[in-house]
Amino acid sequence: MEEKKKRMAIIASKGTLDMAMPPLFLASTAAAMDVETAIFFTFYGVDLVNKKKYASLQVAPIANPAMPSPVPFPNILGVLPGMTAMATMMMKGMMKKINWPTVPELIDMCRESGVKMIACSPTLEMTGVKKEDLVEGVTVAGAAEFLNFALDADITLFI
Amino acid sequence: MDANKTLDCKGLNCPMPIVKTKKALETMNTGEVLRIEATDKGSKSDMAAFSSRTGNELIEVKEEGSTFVYFIRKK
Repeated sequence: MEEKKKRMAIIASKGTLDMAMPPLFLASTAAAMDVETAIFFTFYGVDLVNKKKYASLQVAPIANPAMPSPVPFPNILGVLPGMTAMATMMMKGMMKKINWPTVPELIDMCRESGVKMIACSPTLEMTGVKKEDLVEGVTVAGAAEFLNFALDADITLFI
Repeated sequence: MDANKTLDCKGLNCPMPIVKTKKALETMNTGEVLRIEATDKGSKSDMAAFSSRTGNELIEVKEEGSTFVYFIRKK
């Protein structure tokens, strides 16, 4: 008899560049390890599967003292115009340097490896994002659908 | 050791070597051997974990300079 597959359920609730990475990396790796995986994209997390946004996620230096900086940098300066764009450019550069895939590439990897991607229906309703705005392969469902999957999961993460 | 296929993961970081290894194994037949070259320092434990979870046997690990070389037999 075939052993029952391990299962991982992730809730992706953040829409910044840094916070987009953990759920997508874990999901694609889990799928490669034969783990049945689902990501439920809710609130800002929906941006990760929004075609209009997912290639241009940003990271803000303000209120993020852990943000790496080439020079000592008072955190309050993060309010200045252009700082978010600069921090984003810097982080994208750092990611590229270590050959990390981009968010769109990661989403493609997840889809190709069979990760179940679910966008939260009330979030779409609230933000006016349409099903057509979402990348291919994403289904739209509510909390019950996610819980139905997560109740049988070996790992559940909220990111 | 002879391999049926070689996969170059040099310069790639976690989790790409694992994801690419899985993809490469999917194109191979049971019993065939995949040679993987990687420079990611975490790949040593990652490959072992991947192998033990998926049942694709890690038959040899060696280091050639700064490159880790893995041989995995497809389940």
